[in-house]
Amino acid sequence: MYAQTVLTALLVWPALAAVAVLAAPVRWAKHVALAGSLVEFAISVPLWWVFQPAGGMQLQLDVPWIPGWGIHYAVGVDGISLFLILLTTFLVPLSILGSYTYITTRERAFYALMLVLTSGMIGVFVALDLFLFYVMWDVMLIPMYFIIGMWGGQNRLYAALKFFVYTFFGSLLMLVAIVALVYLVAQRTGVYSFSYFHLMGNVGELGTLAFWLFGAFFLAFAIKVPIFPFHTWLPDAHVEAPTAGSVILAAVLLKMGTYGFLRFALPLFPRVALHPAVQTAIVTLSLIGIIYGGLVAMVQPDFKKLIAYSSVAHLGFVMLGIWALTLQSVQGALMVMINHGISTGALFFLVGMLYERRHTRQIDAFGGIAKVVPLFAAVLTIVSLSSIGLPATNGFVGEFLVLVGAFRTYPAAAVIAAVGVIVAAMYLLPALQRVIYNPLDKPENARLPDLSARELAVLLPLVACIVWLGVYPAPLLRRMEPSAQRFIETVRPAAGAAAAAR
Amino acid sequence: MNLDFQALDLSRPGDLLVALAPELVLTLAALLVLLVVAWRHRTPQDLRLAGWLTLAGLGAAGFAAWFLWWRGAGAAGIPAMIAVDDFRFVADWLFLGTTALTVLVSFDYLEREAVWVPEYFVLLLFATLGMMLMAGAQDLMVLFLGLELMSIALYVLAGSSRRSAAGAEAALKYFLLGAFASGFLLYGIALVYGATATTNLTLIGVQIATLGLQHGTMLEIGLGLLLVGFGFKVAAVPFHMWAPDVYDGSPTPIAGYMATAVKAAAFAALFRVLGEAFAAVPAWHAIVWWLAVVTMVVGNLIALVQRTLKRLLAYSSIAHAGYLLVAVATGTAAGAAAFLFYLVAYTLMTLAAFALLAAKGTNGERDVRIDDLAGLAQRRPWLALALAVCMLSLLGIPFTAGFIGKWVLLAAVLVLASVISAGYYLPVIMAMYMQPEPSAEAHAGMRLGRLGSAVVAAAVAGLLFFGVRPNRLLDIARVSGASVRVAPAVSSDAPPASLREPTGR
Repeated sequence: MYAQTVLTALLVWPALAAVAVLAAPVRWAKHVALAGSLVEFAISVPLWWVFQPAGGMQLQLDVPWIPGWGIHYAVGVDGISLFLILLTTFLVPLSILGSYTYITTRERAFYALMLVLTSGMIGVFVALDLFLFYVMWDVMLIPMYFIIGMWGGQNRLYAALKFFVYTFFGSLLMLVAIVALVYLVAQRTGVYSFSYFHLMGNVGELGTLAFWLFGAFFLAFAIKVPIFPFHTWLPDAHVEAPTAGSVILAAVLLKMGTYGFLRFALPLFPRVALHPAVQTAIVTLSLIGIIYGGLVAMVQPDFKKLIAYSSVAHLGFVMLGIWALTLQSVQGALMVMINHGISTGALFFLVGMLYERRHTRQIDAFGGIAKVVPLFAAVLTIVSLSSIGLPATNGFVGEFLVLVGAFRTYPAAAVIAAVGVIVAAMYLLPALQRVIYNPLDKPENARLPDLSARELAVLLPLVACIVWLGVYPAPLLRRMEPSAQRFIETVRPAAGAAAAAR
Repeated sequence: MNLDFQALDLSRPGDLLVALAPELVLTLAALLVLLVVAWRHRTPQDLRLAGWLTLAGLGAAGFAAWFLWWRGAGAAGIPAMIAVDDFRFVADWLFLGTTALTVLVSFDYLEREAVWVPEYFVLLLFATLGMMLMAGAQDLMVLFLGLELMSIALYVLAGSSRRSAAGAEAALKYFLLGAFASGFLLYGIALVYGATATTNLTLIGVQIATLGLQHGTMLEIGLGLLLVGFGFKVAAVPFHMWAPDVYDGSPTPIAGYMATAVKAAAFAALFRVLGEAFAAVPAWHAIVWWLAVVTMVVGNLIALVQRTLKRLLAYSSIAHAGYLLVAVATGTAAGAAAFLFYLVAYTLMTLAAFALLAAKGTNGERDVRIDDLAGLAQRRPWLALALAVCMLSLLGIPFTAGFIGKWVLLAAVLVLASVISAGYYLPVIMAMYMQPEPSAEAHAGMRLGRLGSAVVAAAVAGLLFFGVRPNRLLDIARVSGASVRVAPAVSSDAPPASLREPTGR
């Protein structure tokens, strides 16, 4: 029973909860939303034990949706998507709790949109039908657009439109590619089907068309990740979005891009993806992302923008890990995806808390507040160190695995990427110093209140994860390993065959 | 009378009457309403009575069309003046449904704007009759009659707000350009007749094949003139100039009617003409394809710079005409199915948007700018939500009928064009949801009556329903699309396969 319905329940429940939020009285809206998201989390937790690491794609459900076009409602989960689902259900309650005082206008709409967004995100991660995937990919765009546009900062309209148009452009290209792919496969097999497995099994050799199809998928995912130079929407969207929006955007939405590479772009078109020219280009762009993101973050006067650019750098590691195609590097990429969600999510929460106290995010406006808000300072220090990738924090595990794995495939790239870790220290540590250490020279900072119980309730689960994953990541790695292995086995031989044929 | 519905012999009067039942019922209804308004046209109650009678007539005609569809009516024997196939009946429903929704929206509008024109509803009925004839015409002469019946009724309707200078301008402009377009069409018909010695669509197709006229100069010129005439009616670029001005000046419900039903009728006729008569002529595929591309791109680009909502919707409807032309350009049964589905989706979203606009425009049709919608979501959350759904559907976001529609007629250019369209649909949503209300009274005059609300609610519900469960409608569209007797296109000028996509199986 649980196995058949859990993914559908995860998909549908937040939407139902959103309706409940809309129907509830305004002052109850946030509590209803929090309860709904906690139930969602509770539904997802047993996945941790139910999931069979060696079981491949599991907990599947397949129901015809629009049979005339071969469209099914097909969902399933494997070691790649499992943790992204758990990350989503884990972060949404925290984001809702973190918005209790930040969101003061049109609360019902905000919390309902957060829950609808949850449905869309879960949908992207569980979809095993390309139509369903596309639908969910676009569906989660709308709530995020509203969240940025309605509760964002000064420049929110511009940021929201930019976010929408960038993503929409990519997704429409992907739509064309999906339909073209289905059409081409149907010409060969006579079966119109958007099923992931059908397409995977019959995609075969597409010649130069494969290049264009991969290109369309690549653009859609690259904009989402974002890979340099498609990242320009990200700082705007992050800076303008309300705290919860930034957290979800960084922690989950960006991962959809890398998830798309892992699930669709590489397995469907391995020969293109691992063509030496494409490979070189993508690895180069990842490295540029790592270094450039770090260097730009270094000069940001706005703390939130600094974190936004640090995302570009972190996601560069993920891309490098995926393309290096060794077991360690792919597992590392998956770990960085999770860790970035936790650490960067926590950083955005912390900046949001600063903003609520001082209504500014300029690093210059603070200084020496460790004496005033010791708890806050302690948490910010831990989270920053994990974002830098200090050993014994979660950040270290992922980046270390990526570097070790990538060194076997691209030694030079691994060395350059390792420099990126140092750059991370160079932008976060000074910022940390200027915010919480240094002399306390601004009188308005002398009376800041420390973290409240609610804020601690938001941050402590994240800090716990940081420590847990930093010290004992084995349970995650064990569950990821077979799926990561299968990913490599799917991609590498096909690419190898192509290389041998040349 | 012993009737074989599947094989009506249209040369027998009895069978012909049955085949024409929807049109005949509607004619009787129109005459009845005309008589009623001749005697009773002084009070709002009279107007309402005429409206309800109109609705009853539309319902009766819809029932007749449904009955024929349900019995699987079809024609046998030599080709006649009128087609009896599913395509016609489904198109009839679309026209009748659109007209009914327009009538419902018009009640409040006419009262609020004090437009006491009793003929309003009669003209709507005659226009609808013309559309049904167009969609069912198996002969160019019947097609022309239907087109003129529709157009003349609409020239009057465009100017039905007699005190409005803009309305008079719109009516005159529409009349002059419409007459011009009719001239093109008629001349095209004459040339086609000259080349093939017949005006019957099926026979034209036969003549082209037997006489080998695929590249006949006179025929091609005639076809080109026909395309120009239809291009005017569907407002395809470069024949679109009249549309924004006419929509702008016309009463808003009529503008919505023109953007949906009129366009749908012209498209249905165009589809039948090209599919049945000219399937063997390769020239039009490329022409229609390029018309579609230019229409999509230009319509979307000009819509970007519009500041008033009505003109924005006008250019959006031009862009959507381009999308529909894509379906026509394929000239296949799948294209017909896509075309029918998209027409339904497009009609629902555009009609609802115009109905909402009609509610906002007050005091003699002041131009509603996009900025005037600022903060609407706080004041009127349901209205804002409905308009937002319409905009998202026009944009083609999943879980709306607009998305499924875009999916069925997917083409690469269309996709890129719809990225442009995000640039003008989204600002409408932004104004409503993301900008503060300029003043507390900004939306005070906005009123959507009970009937108007019902129409909008029904349309929005339909958009969402077909966005999630399009199955039944897709099946109907597929069967009806296949019922047009389309000869297989033999064309090397058709757009490359990589740009076109299969629709259904």
